[in-house]
Amino acid sequence: MPSRIVAFNLNGRDVEVMVKPLTTLQTVLREHLHLTATKSGCRQGGCGTCTVLVNGEPMLSCLLPVEDIAGQKVVTLEGITPIEGLHPIQQAFFDNYAIQCGYCSPGVIMVIKALLDRNPNPTRQEIMDAIAGNVCRCTGYEPILRAAEDAARRLQSA
Amino acid sequence: MAKLRGTGIAAVNYPTGMNLGGDPSQALIHATTTGTFVISLSSTDLGQGLKTVIAQIGAETLGVPFENVLIDTADTDTGPHCMGTFASRATHRVGNAVIMAAKEARKAMLEVAAEELEVSPDDLDTDGKGNIFVKGSPERKIDITSLALAAHFKYGRTISGRGMYIKPKSPVDPETGKMDPDSTEAHACVVAEVEVDTETGEVTVISLKSAYEVGRQVNPALVHGQIVGGAFMGMSHALYETTAPYYPSPDHAPGSFSEYIIPGPHELPHIESVVLEYPSVNGPYGVKGVGEMTANAPIPAIVNAVSNAIGVRLTEYPITPEKILRALEKSPKVKQLAENRS
Ligand code: FES
Ligand code: FES
Repeated sequence: MPSRIVAFNLNGRDVEVMVKPLTTLQTVLREHLHLTATKSGCRQGGCGTCTVLVNGEPMLSCLLPVEDIAGQKVVTLEGITPIEGLHPIQQAFFDNYAIQCGYCSPGVIMVIKALLDRNPNPTRQEIMDAIAGNVCRCTGYEPILRAAEDAARRLQSA
Repeated sequence: MAKLRGTGIAAVNYPTGMNLGGDPSQALIHATTTGTFVISLSSTDLGQGLKTVIAQIGAETLGVPFENVLIDTADTDTGPHCMGTFASRATHRVGNAVIMAAKEARKAMLEVAAEELEVSPDDLDTDGKGNIFVKGSPERKIDITSLALAAHFKYGRTISGRGMYIKPKSPVDPETGKMDPDSTEAHACVVAEVEVDTETGEVTVISLKSAYEVGRQVNPALVHGQIVGGAFMGMSHALYETTAPYYPSPDHAPGSFSEYIIPGPHELPHIESVVLEYPSVNGPYGVKGVGEMTANAPIPAIVNAVSNAIGVRLTEYPITPEKILRALEKSPKVKQLAENRS
């Protein structure tokens, strides 16, 4: 099947990409647009490190054909990172030692972002439910949960 | 049907690195024109924080601020040799190599400063804030950037140092069998508390409490991160992870990453730890090492706790629900429970 142009909004800017059918959003982000904050862990929906926000909802970009999100709003970790400094969630991860190898971090941070956007003061249980699809091999999750709670406090007092 | 509780304990003595001689690592340090000290290594940071602790060790020995040190682990083909990041060896081996390199670089730095300040290098000291000053008259000083510029453009000198660590071979005394089998040993003890559901065979780890003796902690927050992450990984090995089939037929083996079972945030037990510091004699600033060992002792501690809960000794992990249910058929405790009910 021939390639076609797909247009969508990425981190506040309109972009167009030329793709073969079923090309995933992950491939478009990493290989066409060279935005590599979105990681590639398993490419089969098992690890969560490829999570991005589509219209504010966390989605696994490795399972998402880019034509399915034509015309929609995509936000990646690059999109929430300020030019200088860090987003409060990123800062909370940094301050709570919630990043070791960092491979899970982009996905976890996007999931936490989506959670805090709709639920600014989540319980620990709600945070655990939100990140249940994100595999972290290094931290044992405890610092991630603390970072998420800390991020909620920072955003509320901001 | 019942929920049975049990407690188990396990201890580990962990020898740092590969022993019996060898296990080398090397380090090179040079100052850039503006006074950043680049430490070149082939020792990869896997997330345990090696770059941070090595920069701390380098800064301490050089006498410069932590911010003035840059760790470059860009290329293991072209960098100074390192055996690798494993066996909890990196802080000990690489740290020793970096101390040796930093001492040489510090000497070169003080020699250039001596020329600039027109004193003997022996009369100079560093303030750890980026200045080199004359002992006894701290107002006579030079900052590291000016010093590095002078070294490069006025004196045509490098501020650099070479370092290595290699474990000396320790031959066995044929008479007594005596030898020095390792560099240094870290120690830990873990107590696990579990609950076993006798209907489903599922195990919940309630808590993992531990004491670690790891020599001097260069960075206590990173040590704590290793202990928590390692406890979780140990639990994962004890109860979940296997590439072998759960059932007799290989068809049930995980065929891909997403079918390989590991626990998630819901399985996080209460983790508590205290750290004791008995500095080693041969580690950098008394370091021993903490890393791999954090995932070791939790495994037998959990297996012991399960055995304690159900009254049957289990000898093969991961302790999957299938194995528990089979073991429960032989459990005197469960028989007792059934008799009590009837
Ligand atoms: S890469 Fe998408 S879930 Fe693993
Ligand atoms: S920090 Fe390494 S996977 Fe989460």
